[in-house]
Amino acid sequence: MNKASSILLLALLASLAVVLGYAVLSLPGQADGLADTVAAQMDSSGVSHPVTAVLLNFRGYDTLLEMAVLLLALFGVWSLAPQAHAGMSATSAGPVLTALFRLLTPVMILVAGYLLWVGAHAPGGAFQAGSVLAAAGVLMLLCGKRLGGRLAGWPLRVGLVLGTAMFVAVAAAVMLGGAHLLQYPIEWASGLILLIEAAATLSIGITLIALFLGVRPITGQQP
Amino acid sequence: MSLSMLYALAGVGLFVLGLHGLIVQTHLLRKILALNIMGSGVFMLMVALARRAPENPDPVPHAMVITGIVVAVSATALALALILRLQAMTGRAELPEQQTRP
Repeated sequence: MNKASSILLLALLASLAVVLGYAVLSLPGQADGLADTVAAQMDSSGVSHPVTAVLLNFRGYDTLLEMAVLLLALFGVWSLAPQAHAGMSATSAGPVLTALFRLLTPVMILVAGYLLWVGAHAPGGAFQAGSVLAAAGVLMLLCGKRLGGRLAGWPLRVGLVLGTAMFVAVAAAVMLGGAHLLQYPIEWASGLILLIEAAATLSIGITLIALFLGVRPITGQQP
Repeated sequence: MSLSMLYALAGVGLFVLGLHGLIVQTHLLRKILALNIMGSGVFMLMVALARRAPENPDPVPHAMVITGIVVAVSATALALALILRLQAMTGRAELPEQQTRP
């Protein structure tokens, strides 16, 4: 890129920054947004934390589609990458990393469970818990540990689709009771949200770990 | 100007900075990093604007950002897999039209 065009680019980007900054500054300094609408409907959501209520109840359809996006990204990665090559599994980690992995993994699983449970009434929930679970899995991969051949087959696939499948199953099941898609009955909402979040946590964690690995794990049946 | 507006302007700054990197950098890994910086700018803008509510922050942008972060991570992973495939096929991690230029 020559000098004239880079100056032109900087000028264009600076004017974009000015326009965007002006747009942000011209917004009203105080705005309720949808906070009041959400607060008014909190009683019917089944949880007491507004973000979880929005995520799993009021905008549950968005979250369902985002779970599907995660799954699609993994399908894309798996179809682009070759099957796992043997060189990846043979790395050995130092003693410090291995000891750290042994120490931290139970704590991280505990924290993930806590985040999942606490999401009903405080900051937390499926996505945070899934990320912590994924961090534990990434640590496992960095230690050179891999899934065994049997676990990498259908148990892995079931874990990957569990969240989306549970979401779709609940969404469809409430329609049998005469409600709309994802319209939970009020007395069951809390339990259904926890059920979806538990499955979603597991799936988000496993999907992120599989994305980090980047290759389709070798299954026991097909060498 | 309130503190949340300062954060919102910083988000705009990150977005433009990322856009500059996306245009200027030729290596695809750097382009992906630039895209992630742009995304972080958008997330920061949304969280900052949600804070303008008088009492508790608006939960709707928060919910969008939470899912957005995880989706951005998975999109980055897909982009990295695409780069690896491109490099395996052509030996270079750059776009074809940028290879012809000096």
